[in-house]
Amino acid sequence: MLRENTWRAKLFDLTLLIVLLLIAFLCLLPLWYTLAVSLSEKSAAAAGRVWLWPVGLNFNSYKQIMGDGSFFNSFWISIQRVVLGASVTFFITTLMAYPLSRSTKEFRMRNVCMWILVFTLLFNGGLIPWYMTIKELGLYDTIWGLVLGGGVPVFNVILIVNFFRNLPKELDEAALVDGAGPWRMLLTLYIPLAVPVLATVTLFTIVYHWNEFFHGLVLTSGQENYPLQTLIQQFVVVINTANMTEDQYKRMSELSNQTLNAAKIFIAMVPVLIIYPFLQRFFIHGITLGSVKE
Amino acid sequence: MRNQSFTKHYYIMLLPGFIWLLLISIIPMFGIVIAFQDFNPGKGFFQSEWVGLDNFEYMFALNDTPVIFFNTVFIAVMKMIGNLIVPLIFAIMLNELRMMIVKRWIQTIVYLPHFLSWVILSGILLDVFSYTGPINTVMTFIGLDPILFFARADLFPFIIVASDVWKEFGFNTIIYLAALTSINPSLYEAAAIDGAARLRRMWHVTLPGLRTTIVLLAVLSLGNVLNAGFDQIFNLYNPLVYSTGDIIDTWVYREGLLNMQYGLATAVGLLKSVVSFILIIVSYQLASRFANYRIF
Repeated sequence: MLRENTWRAKLFDLTLLIVLLLIAFLCLLPLWYTLAVSLSEKSAAAAGRVWLWPVGLNFNSYKQIMGDGSFFNSFWISIQRVVLGASVTFFITTLMAYPLSRSTKEFRMRNVCMWILVFTLLFNGGLIPWYMTIKELGLYDTIWGLVLGGGVPVFNVILIVNFFRNLPKELDEAALVDGAGPWRMLLTLYIPLAVPVLATVTLFTIVYHWNEFFHGLVLTSGQENYPLQTLIQQFVVVINTANMTEDQYKRMSELSNQTLNAAKIFIAMVPVLIIYPFLQRFFIHGITLGSVKE
Repeated sequence: MRNQSFTKHYYIMLLPGFIWLLLISIIPMFGIVIAFQDFNPGKGFFQSEWVGLDNFEYMFALNDTPVIFFNTVFIAVMKMIGNLIVPLIFAIMLNELRMMIVKRWIQTIVYLPHFLSWVILSGILLDVFSYTGPINTVMTFIGLDPILFFARADLFPFIIVASDVWKEFGFNTIIYLAALTSINPSLYEAAAIDGAARLRRMWHVTLPGLRTTIVLLAVLSLGNVLNAGFDQIFNLYNPLVYSTGDIIDTWVYREGLLNMQYGLATAVGLLKSVVSFILIIVSYQLASRFANYRIF
């Protein structure tokens, strides 16, 4: 790159740096604010006196959550959902991606299967038929409804397929000469080589299952089966405002327990914040590699 | 020989995935018959009474229908524009930054909101924009009247679009940044020798270098004209802002699952699916013609 050392160039660089840092700061600000509110005194938060630092630092909200059985119950459901969802999805999508990465010469039905897969991405039956189907299958109110209800993550399959297709053909031939069948080829050759893309899609799946709230709402009958995001959605975010006037709405938002809600929201963010560094390491690499076609 | 014996194993590998696909994605496609029935869950798909196009006629007679279609398209198109331009500007700015470590830190921070759910972010936004929240505190401080942001139908679509752009702009820069690495550095040197200053080089080298990517992203986003973002609106709206904030997906949810108007809700959902399908096909056609894009 070119370097200029005039004062104008330096001013340009400095302005740029400040603007970019401000924008980055703007992305963190709401999260930081939530943490500050969760650690503040109730009255200070309600009066709007909390900014970037807790006012009257205390851990009462977190202590209160410790004694909240339904919060822990939902947390546990979310953990189960993430573990089952990530492993089932990993197993099925990897297995699917291998035959779909073959050429039509090796696997004649490859393109037909691929088009069926892509078609489900382009067209769907809509909410009501989907809901009726899940009910008919007996998945309503079970953990499997939450694990499988989102359907096959077609984009992930396509990412893995494209990655597999970009691996050198010579590897394939060498393994073939050694007498390896499709299963050995997948297990000992393709999976180890595809770690970047597999890690990417698995981390995406984990985040998806942790964040998803809507299936938790419509596929379960009540609070005792809600995953964490649904619980928070129902008791923190959505306030029943039907037939409320503006004044009632105002009073209602003043009455809500801000510090406790902020603490719940923050706890629900923590797992994503923990896996985020790992996620970040992989996803740029994984996405750009997987989306390039040969 | 090899091909035949392997093919059997290929089918076995595909089986679990295709069973999943069949159960959750393909069977519901047949469920769209509900749109042509007076559906009664007790009777099921086969026994429910067929009513032809009654549900569609009723849909077009409803006052809600034009409103939710307008709101959906309005919010979705504004999001498409915002999510195309803001990441572009940000990526070009980031590309000019010479300090690699700072650059990496900024990237890490701006990607983060993409990975947080709308439940979480809505909880935060409702608090930040609440009557006693920080935004209103600032407004009072500088002498303005506080505003009940989420009770104002005139502001609602703009809050939705702005918060969505805020959440996604960082993540959307990834694709631009990848494209920027493929611009030949000698172009910048040549421009500099010709006497072009930094801003001119950004205009005459960087921007043209991104042209294909911009066109491709614009074309591919066409398929989202009827996707205004269910998760976000569902968590932020309330009856006070239905007039500008209610979209097809939220309406289908309320009419279909809460008010149990199965036939009507399925009909609206089907209309949305069909229009989206056509838009996606058209956009992929355009993308493959102009940018040589193929999905697989």
